[in-house]
Amino acid sequence: MQPSPEKQREMLRLMQTIRRFEERASDDFHAGDIYGVVHCYIGQEAVAVGVCAAINRDDQIISTHRGHGHCIAKGADLNRMMAELYGRETGYCKGKGGSMHIADFGIGMLGANGIVAGGIPIVTGAGLAAQLEGKGRVAVSFFGDGASNAGPFHESINIAAAWKLPMLYVCENNLWAVNTPARDSVSVPDVAQRAAGYGIPGVVVDGNDVLAVYQAALEAVERARAGDGPTLIECKTYRWRRHTERANQRDIRPADEIAAWCDENRDPIARLVKQLKDQQGQFSDEEWQAMDREVVKAIDDSVAFAKASPFPPLEAALVDVFAEERAHA
Amino acid sequence: MRTISYAKAGMEALAEEMRRDPTTFHLSTEAPPSILEEFGPSRVRATPIAEGALTGMAVGAAGSGFRPIVNWSMVTFSFVAMDQIVNQAAKIHYMFGGQVRFPITFRTSVGGGTRRAAQHSQSPYSMFMNLAGLKMILPSTPYDMKGLLKTCIRDDNPVISFEADRLMDLEGEVPEEEYTIPLGVADIKREGNDVTVVALAWQVHEALAAAETLEREGVSVEVVDPRTLVPMDAETIRASVRKTGRLVIADEAGPTCGAAAEIAALATEDAAAFAALKAPVKRVCALQVPIPYSPALEDYVFPDREKIAAGIRAVMEAG
Repeated sequence: MQPSPEKQREMLRLMQTIRRFEERASDDFHAGDIYGVVHCYIGQEAVAVGVCAAINRDDQIISTHRGHGHCIAKGADLNRMMAELYGRETGYCKGKGGSMHIADFGIGMLGANGIVAGGIPIVTGAGLAAQLEGKGRVAVSFFGDGASNAGPFHESINIAAAWKLPMLYVCENNLWAVNTPARDSVSVPDVAQRAAGYGIPGVVVDGNDVLAVYQAALEAVERARAGDGPTLIECKTYRWRRHTERANQRDIRPADEIAAWCDENRDPIARLVKQLKDQQGQFSDEEWQAMDREVVKAIDDSVAFAKASPFPPLEAALVDVFAEERAHA
Repeated sequence: MRTISYAKAGMEALAEEMRRDPTTFHLSTEAPPSILEEFGPSRVRATPIAEGALTGMAVGAAGSGFRPIVNWSMVTFSFVAMDQIVNQAAKIHYMFGGQVRFPITFRTSVGGGTRRAAQHSQSPYSMFMNLAGLKMILPSTPYDMKGLLKTCIRDDNPVISFEADRLMDLEGEVPEEEYTIPLGVADIKREGNDVTVVALAWQVHEALAAAETLEREGVSVEVVDPRTLVPMDAETIRASVRKTGRLVIADEAGPTCGAAAEIAALATEDAAAFAALKAPVKRVCALQVPIPYSPALEDYVFPDREKIAAGIRAVMEAG
């Protein structure tokens, strides 16, 4: 089912928000205002947005080290996200998590996670919780091609299949696990083939086509809500930037491969813009520019919010080690 | 009062808390028959042997409003789940700014004496104590097991219940009535004036036996059981040392960076306890080796009542 024009525009706005957020996060990282590490999601926006458009606010997702896109797609507040990157008290984690650990349990975003495959068992537990609750909620695990080679992926998907948990396992195959190519490290041409080993459907989808991702996710969500168990969806995509923004981060990917993917014809955002213009004829350049201006303003506002926010007080270091208690200095 | 075993006390705690709170559920590679029968296979799940996944699933379910109880069986198997324990369960509440609570109880057996060799005879609780963000208990009696485990299940944090393999069949008095024991409160298992023995789990019983022997030699031994490893009741230990002026620590684990070392540091960092010391602090621990299989060797490497008694005599002679 094709989403309504309004819904498609909302998907476009979210994808552009992710892209502009990432551009700003990398700029501010290189300017020294954001610390540690930033992993940019640029190029993969259609995966997070397409899947999250197919689920509800009370459905749950978990992310990876490359987590900003999933947060935004699930509806996270840009101000609190940017404040977290800036290490401020008003951030989602009160400045204790940073880029790799943004979570918003209130919207079902169970966190970015610094360990490859580390989030997969956790969100499978959310799927178990949804099953125990019996209210028809689903849980979605986002992970990469690299994680599909790790034990937690296989353990979790086996349990989810055996127990028919209401889960979507969404593999964002961007062809590279840091600098390890999937072609040399994944034992099958398509990660989705691995679904057969667990007796569940495995679907390959163009991960740069947000409507195709949305469609695949909708079918998997329906299956999960009906009690028929998990689906493995492999989204073929590409990250436009290096693994991280850190100065010492090598990028050994071939230049021609990068050029072929970072192209207007493959760009998930440019593709949706073109489709909206072609198919509906109602989306003008002016409207697109206006949408982009609004997005940029929201990002600028989030940076202003972050900069105006204080760093956490030092005594906050002792808070939240345990629930409702203070650690001892 | 009726007596029940250490193992049964644990199962009673589990059943009572599962009755009390419908958000509790149980994951283990074998479903315990008594709770399976009472609560059914939805809440008492027999899982694949995949401890990493189970542990992570408990974290996710806890963050989604449930109160999971996971039994790793032997602590050996917890190492398979180390990423989920160390990187996820211990840190997630703090790392996410305390957004939601993660009430999880992990049960696991520790210790030796079962002739199962190195991989199945371990007491690695100090490895977990070294992490911030996990609470942990180490009960020595059926009474403590039941009261502490109930508190663990009600706690809003990840808690590990380390349970001594050697004590599973130990019988002890446990009231029929409801009771709980707070975390972080040590128990003086025997009062004395000349020397403090802080003993853990099985070593509590060995220390009590040593105290009987030493009493006949005219030495009055106080036996302190911390019961909870995190948070540790440093004040009860310090107060005892301030009174007796001598400290022996008995632990079935090896000494290096162990709970015994932590207890020694906590006691002697207190100025009054340090000033009261008449002799150097003595650790009576397992030898720092993987636990060997042969009964002759296994019994040799573990501390026991004779070694504790020798340790007490040594500190008495030292000052």
